[in-house]
This record gives sequence, C-alpha cells and structure tokens, in this order.
Amino acid sequence: MTALEPADVDMSAPLGESVTLPNPVGTASGCAGYGRELAAFVPPAELGVLTTKTVMVRPRQGRPTPRMAETPSGMLNSVGLQGAGVDHLVTRELPWLAERGARVLVSVAGERPEEFAEAAARLTGRPGVVGVEVNISCPNVADRGLVFAADPGAAHEVVAAVRAATDPALPVYAKLTPDVTSIVDVAVACVEAGADGLSMINTLLGATMDLDTLRPALAGVTGGLSGPAVRPVAVRCVHQVYAAMRDGRLRTVPILGMGGITSGADALEFALAGASGVAVGTAIFTNPSAPLDVLRELRQALAERGFASFRDAVGYAHR
Amino acid sequence: MARPVQTPAEVLGIEPAGAYHRLLLRAPGVAEAVLPGHFVTLAIGGRDSATPLRRAFSVHRADPVADTIELVFAEHGRGTRALARHRPGDTVDLVGPLGTPFPVADAPETAVLVAGGYGSAPMFSLAEAILARGGRVGFVLGAATADRLFGVAAARALTPHVAVVTDDGSYGARGRATDPLAAMIRAVGATVVHSCGPMPMLRAVTDVAVAAGARSHTAVEEAMACGFGVCMSCVLPVAGADGATRLVRSCTEGPVFDGTTVRWPEASPPEPSPSVEPREVREVREVWEVREVREGVRS
Repeated sequence: MTALEPADVDMSAPLGESVTLPNPVGTASGCAGYGRELAAFVPPAELGVLTTKTVMVRPRQGRPTPRMAETPSGMLNSVGLQGAGVDHLVTRELPWLAERGARVLVSVAGERPEEFAEAAARLTGRPGVVGVEVNISCPNVADRGLVFAADPGAAHEVVAAVRAATDPALPVYAKLTPDVTSIVDVAVACVEAGADGLSMINTLLGATMDLDTLRPALAGVTGGLSGPAVRPVAVRCVHQVYAAMRDGRLRTVPILGMGGITSGADALEFALAGASGVAVGTAIFTNPSAPLDVLRELRQALAERGFASFRDAVGYAHR
Repeated sequence: MARPVQTPAEVLGIEPAGAYHRLLLRAPGVAEAVLPGHFVTLAIGGRDSATPLRRAFSVHRADPVADTIELVFAEHGRGTRALARHRPGDTVDLVGPLGTPFPVADAPETAVLVAGGYGSAPMFSLAEAILARGGRVGFVLGAATADRLFGVAAARALTPHVAVVTDDGSYGARGRATDPLAAMIRAVGATVVHSCGPMPMLRAVTDVAVAAGARSHTAVEEAMACGFGVCMSCVLPVAGADGATRLVRSCTEGPVFDGTTVRWPEASPPEPSPSVEPREVREVREVWEVREVREGVRS
C-alpha cells in the first residue's frame, strides 16, 4: 500500500448502528473521571468518546487506602467503584460535558441486574450521552462472585436487563473481563442478550506484597492490573472474539479495545486484531495528554501504511 | 486548584543537599502559577517507561521571572533513583501546579511552620508569603539525623524563632517535632500551625495545635497514581461542613487540609505488627523521615 497524508485518513468510527464517532479514540472507564480534570489537558469534544467512571444508582465510598500500587509496566488499583451516584452524574456532570460537545459513554454498575437497569434507565434523553457501558467485570467489589462477566448466564441476565431498560437509540456495550475460561463464551452471551458492542478488557485481578510492612500493598489485598503489562492479553481477547464473529459464532458488533494503550502503534494493534474503537486508560495517569497523542499517532500510523480510513484497518490481521 | 499545564521541563541543575537532592527545572508557564503548598508531578523515564506512574513533589521554590521551579527529593525507590541520575540538559515531563495550597490570610497572622525532613521544602516560600503580609512566623524542623534536616539556615534567615530537633540528637535537641511545638506556639503567639510531613506527625501536630488554640493546616501524603484528580487512588476520609465524612482526593481537594477535619485513625495505614517488622523498617517508622518510603508516595 502507498503511504498517504495523515490529514487524508478518514478516522470516523462506528459506536453502534445509529452512532458514528468522529474518531475512534476514547477514554477507558475510571481513568478520566467525569471529564472535568482531564479537560485541562484534553478538550472533551476532541475525544471520539469519553467513557465515564462507573456510576451506580447510589453513591458509593469504595475501598480503603492504600488503593494503588505500581507494578512492572503497570499498576494495581482497588478503588472499588467510588462514585457520587447516577443522579449526580445526570444533574451535575452530563450537562457540563454536553456543553463542551463531549460524546459520553456512561459506565454503569449495580449489585443486582435491576440496579444496573435502573442506572441505565436514568440516562434516557440526557444530552451528550451516546451509549451505555455495562461494567459487569469490575474486580474491586467485596465479593468476587459479583463479577457477572465471569459467568455467561449472569452476564446474559445483566445485559438483557440493561438493554430492556435503556433508550433504544443508545448502544449498550458490555465490558468483559479476561479472567475467564472462555471470553468468547461470555461475549456470545452478551451479544445474544442484546449487547450492541463489547468493551475489552477490564483489569486483571492481581496482588502485590509490600516488603516494608510484609503485608499486601493494597488495603483490599487484590486489585485490578492495568497498563502496558496487560496489553498482549487485551489484544488476544479482541482477536479471539473478532475471530469468533468472523466464524459466525456471534453476531458482528463493534469492539472497543483497551488495555495498556499508550501510543498510536498500540491502538493500531488493537484495530488490526478487530477493535473498531480504542480507549486509553492508565496511560492518562502517565501522560494526561495521552488520548490526543494516541489519536495523532494512530492517524500517522494508518497513513504510513496506506490505510485510507481507520475502518479499513479493523480486523486486518484476520485476512 | 490552579489549572495545571503539561510541559517538557529542562533540568538546569541537580545537586546534593544533605541526604537529599535539589533539582532545578525550567518549566515554562508553571512557575508563575505556583503558590506555597502546590506540587508537581514528573514522569520518570518517559512515556514508554516500565515505571509508568508519575512521582509527585512539593515545590520548594518557584521563580516566575526565570520560569524555574526547584524541588527537593530523597532517593527511596526506583523512580527517585532514576530521577537522581538526571543531568543538566535532560528533559523530564512535568505537570503542575497541582493541588490546593496552604491558605494564607490577607491580614497579618502569626504562624508556626512544622516540617519533618524535606517536608520543609515548601515552607520557606510559605513563610515569605506570611511575612510579606506583615505576619510573623516560627519554625519547628525535625528529622532523624542532622543530614536529613533541610533548610535550617533558610529558616534562621527568616525568623529568630527556629526550633530544631533530631531523633538521635545529632543536631538541635533530641526528640520529635511535636516536642517543642506548644512552646513555639506560645513564644510567637501563633493562631495557625502549618505542617508538612508523614501522616502520624501531622496528626500529632494537629492535636498540639488544637490544644494550644491554633488552627492546623496539614499537607498530607497519600499514594497517588494521576495527581490531577481522575484516578481516585489518594482519597482520605475528611469531614465536610455538614459533619459527614467523605473520601476526598488529596491531590485536588488537598494536599492541604484543615487537620481537624481529617479522620486520622481511618486515614493512617495500620501499623505493622512489631513482631514481624524488621528492625531497620521500625527505625524508619519511628522517626519523621518516612516520606516516600513506598514508591509513589507524595513528597
């Protein structure tokens, strides 16, 4: 293929059948807050999509500190879904984001399927919201049994409840964990339940010990591993699920790829594996401007390889 | 908080200061917005580093004319060791200013500034701000040993009221920073105490200040990932005006808090069991010099 001018690459990306983003680079849930602080570095409108920190129906305190530990090429966090609740999001944060032209994917969670659905239902008709991400895979809840994404049946139940309660105009994404026997089986269950897209991946469950205190470094003992250390796992998951779509094992839906993306080259890896959008997460902590750097570099990386559009690169490794 | 900027900062100088390093950086657009108590974060080893989290440092000096800021840090772990290897001409990615600075009244006030180790780094510009408004200051500087004191001469240049304590008595009186605090508050007639140092010290300083009828402003330390308010790692239980305790971010709502609003028992990590703690670790914990014992803990 012949190299192109970066400015000539069509960067538009589908979020769902009814929603198209101007570019495929967003933020991963939990790594951009609700956008206000990040706006000092990244204007919200310049993101393809801004995924919020996960909200629940009621405010939640999260887990005790220490909540964070640096690990080789990554970090563990055990924040535990601290948040002000969906009403705060709806009344305070979404109007602010909408005024700035943000396209917002709201991450929702709950302790029961009905709570997920209730949070999602409150997003109907809210300005700026372009979709709902169902966080069925946060590892930082009190009981690991609550990770709905660890079981295809539970994942199906939650996604179906959210899909039924959500504005039909809004795509519903299911956020999957790699800590499962078969991520394809969970993806199949989610799509059959009505998921319009899949977010891959959430953090991996990990732990690290503090050699000064001789105790676990995190107060919650375990935490979610993120950062470049998990990137190969994430690319593998995207590749596996996209391959299953090509094989007809599940309907083809957009995949939002994430996990250790720090550069345009990393984003291109995800696209080649099958991601039709990408999200920058932990890299924001290293470099608050990371989403814009990734977007600029991705455009350049596509142009250098002769891709006239981002969409042409999606799944290219499967040809 | 000030609106932070991200900029490549050029290392202009790095030199030893007792047990610490002083790092002078040219940081265009940052110095002009720095107030006493603000901090900055540095990316160690660049974007592709296997040590991905930024390190946070309180600002010792900011010179808006020269566009420079000066930091003081100790080598404790992988990140600060790498930082200490920087040489003039190197660049390091800097974000700042961050955080909520020490409150300084417009009217003249009398304050005691208490610091452990290089926790004194932000205190000299704070003292100058108070003095510039016609106020008075006293200093209490504490450290494990003489070489871990920072800024004794700078403090004495600003005020005759300087108490120095070391754990081993190698400089000043033997003891802890809280030992001379009540006397210093009375000596200068302080209505406010500003402190910066490890959490157990801040808690003890708050107790002494309140007992003496003074307000207590403490610059806390909590492990941070982002430093600018999105990651929720560095939260601290703090009572609001309504009396309810909430987990608030020490990077944005702090690092400076009214010490009486911090729920110290819940905020401080549990002490390790003495029976399993190695001797050298216990010694570190028994002195004020425990800042950034864990990598990533704010200086």
